[in-house]
Amino acid sequence: MAELWTGYIWPTIIIIAQIVALVVPLLLAVAYLTYAERRVIGGIQLRIGPHRVGPFGLLQPIADGLKLFFNEIVVPAGASPVVYLLAPMLTFLLSLVAWAVIPVADGWVIADINVGILYLFAISSLGVYGIIMAGWASNSRYAFLGGLRSAAQMVSYEVAIGFVMISVLMSAGTLNLTGVVEAQRDVWYIIPHLPMFVLFFISVLAETNRHPFDLPEAEAELVAGYNVEYSGMAFALFFLGEYANMILMSGMVTTLFLGGWLPLFAFPPFTWIPGVIWFALKVAVCLFIFILTRAALPRYRYDQLMRLGWKVFLPLSLAWVVITAGALHVFGWLPQ
Amino acid sequence: MVVHAIVFYVFAVVLIASALMVISARNPVHSVLWLILGFFNGAGLFLLMGAEFLAMVLVIVYVGAVAVLFLFVVMMLNVNVARLRQGFLDYLPIGAGVGLVLLGELLLAFGAGPFHAPSSAGAPDPGMGAATNTEAIGQVLYTDYVYLFQGAGIVLLIGMVGSILLTLRHRPGVRRQDVHDQTHRDPRTAVTLKKVPTGEGLG
Repeated sequence: MAELWTGYIWPTIIIIAQIVALVVPLLLAVAYLTYAERRVIGGIQLRIGPHRVGPFGLLQPIADGLKLFFNEIVVPAGASPVVYLLAPMLTFLLSLVAWAVIPVADGWVIADINVGILYLFAISSLGVYGIIMAGWASNSRYAFLGGLRSAAQMVSYEVAIGFVMISVLMSAGTLNLTGVVEAQRDVWYIIPHLPMFVLFFISVLAETNRHPFDLPEAEAELVAGYNVEYSGMAFALFFLGEYANMILMSGMVTTLFLGGWLPLFAFPPFTWIPGVIWFALKVAVCLFIFILTRAALPRYRYDQLMRLGWKVFLPLSLAWVVITAGALHVFGWLPQ
Repeated sequence: MVVHAIVFYVFAVVLIASALMVISARNPVHSVLWLILGFFNGAGLFLLMGAEFLAMVLVIVYVGAVAVLFLFVVMMLNVNVARLRQGFLDYLPIGAGVGLVLLGELLLAFGAGPFHAPSSAGAPDPGMGAATNTEAIGQVLYTDYVYLFQGAGIVLLIGMVGSILLTLRHRPGVRRQDVHDQTHRDPRTAVTLKKVPTGEGLG
């Protein structure tokens, strides 16, 4: 009996507690990211943004959530109901499970697996299924076009993301994300890999279907693209999934390029601040750039999007892999 | 150990069930979705064996790329399943024959007999220094099998170039965007000011 307790039940309780401790702040961050986005874009466009619900409008995300919660979920006639309802759940689920391998502070990671980078890449490449399934199952032309666009777009930009990750993991010499962060103690990878950081960030914008690459839901031509038929909590899950994905991708950028939980400088006033705060700060900076991009840039045309992905990013990132490998070999910087 | 066995049987049962659903689902898109579930459970089985690299690569390559393209094509093609099903019984003997031959080959390879699979004694050894199986695979793949590995890569590249060559058409009279030309346009050459006579236009 004691073995059952120490071997199975107690570890299960600990893991569940860890998951709750990660997911609850994450969902709060998702809720307040929507608020921050509306306020920041409001500021950029010389408006106020939501400010009526609660002090400074701080209760707005909760009010939005409640409203969506009480809305009816409409399943269109001719839709494939199981796939239709599975799609938003899948989107939301995938945006959460990837957090299992991201170290938010030294040792604060749920699963410190050997192939962390590959796991992240695998999960982020699955995100397309939620959208393409929603587009197909809705039995609507607009949604279907959105789904197809999204599939082509995400598959294209994944290639560039994969090559950038290869450059980073060659420099770090490990696929373990904690190892990648530790390898940045001397210098964050944003400095040697600056071009790839820019390229990676743009690819991430495309991968999360954010502006200026939000063609899957281009509201001017496709009404709202893949999620046009969704309502109530099914829509809310898509919405939450999209924002959770933004946070996830910012976490990925932070871990791979901005030194994860490491402080800006390794001497006292900076080292007093705990690692999780540094991590959150870096993620917040990335998210702010996400929002600024949305407010500043017009949407790409579809052929321009494909051209950028295949004819510009793919050769550049492939060349950078060769350059990195050559530099590491010639200068003897290969990590042991 | 009990948990390990339970998880194994869950993955195995779901894998076989979803493989059956791939060939029996009425809707081809559902077939592809079942196929994806099958890939996932295959990856789960790899994980149970401790081959985490293979599991992740299976998910990235097959689920993340190949199955997306399957889904894409199946959605676009609008396959008529009812017509496909008509020939089911005609092809059944051939299919069963192929299945039996494969089963026999597997039994020859892995069962006892003259063609018994060789033990791993003669196989290249990644060395005990390899800490993770990612490293072990890399050390074998890029030393003992480097020519075969590069050869396989070249075969894939040729396939890709060939398929692009087959589908690439240069139609005359299509206007393409040239970014370089666009950004180097000069207002002095692109815009001219004309004096338009009233009531006549430029004609």
